[in-house]
Amino acid sequence: MRKRDLDEVIAIDATVTGLEKRAYWESIHRRYGRDETHGRQFLVAAAGARVVGFVIGEIRDWEFGSPPCGWVFAIDVAPGARLSGVGARLLDAICAGFRTAGVRTVRTMLSPENRLVLSFFRSQGMMAGPFIPLEMSLD
Amino acid sequence: MLESAADPSRHVTAAEIAGKYGVSAHHLAKVLAELARAGILDSVRGAGGGYRFAGNPRRLTLLDVMMHFEELTPAAAGRDPGEGTPVGRALLTVLAEIDDIARATFSTITIATMLRLIERQRARPTSASRSASGRSRTR
Repeated sequence: MRKRDLDEVIAIDATVTGLEKRAYWESIHRRYGRDETHGRQFLVAAAGARVVGFVIGEIRDWEFGSPPCGWVFAIDVAPGARLSGVGARLLDAICAGFRTAGVRTVRTMLSPENRLVLSFFRSQGMMAGPFIPLEMSLD
Repeated sequence: MLESAADPSRHVTAAEIAGKYGVSAHHLAKVLAELARAGILDSVRGAGGGYRFAGNPRRLTLLDVMMHFEELTPAAAGRDPGEGTPVGRALLTVLAEIDDIARATFSTITIATMLRLIERQRARPTSASRSASGRSRTR
């Protein structure tokens, strides 16, 4: 992941979400694009010179009582580049990094409304994990 | 349906699947006929006939199939008198949580993903083969 790739990552995210979150992505790049501690990875997929997808994750130790495992917390592919295996290759690449670092489980979390990405993760072999997310209002 | 989707070129019959899974052939024939009316299966009459998978396994989800046989609308308050009470509303909140998780699961597992899950199960050693290999090692 190079600094000049960041503009294309921001553009992909803005296309998909409708929001340009430049400050957010710049902080993510500082944390995950330049620092490989804790198994941090910020990978992009390129078609020629153009960035067409990205995946971000890290290894988290003992959160919620779980032994170290890899977490994928962002993945996206430009709409025009979907259905061509880019997402699968991105997930494979970040999982290879996790395996090299010695972990044997990868997890992610997403909204039940995000049918597209849920279907993608399931198609890659992911099933429900051992956690149930809970929340409450603080109002 | 998963039997036919595993090999879309093959015709399967109600009798064949009923015998394999120990279910009523009469009931299964009705299910297959309904799936054919929905366009998920093609029916072929006559000798050598049966049903052939006609859907898109990468798009058709478990929820798509289930909705041909069950009403899967979310629990809603007001159907029964008790549901308007605080106890009824609290129970509906819990049931709605279960419904949301179930819908998110069924709607994001495609037939293609199910077929991959089935292959992974086939590749796993069964308890019979594990105990047989154990016996040979201890001699």
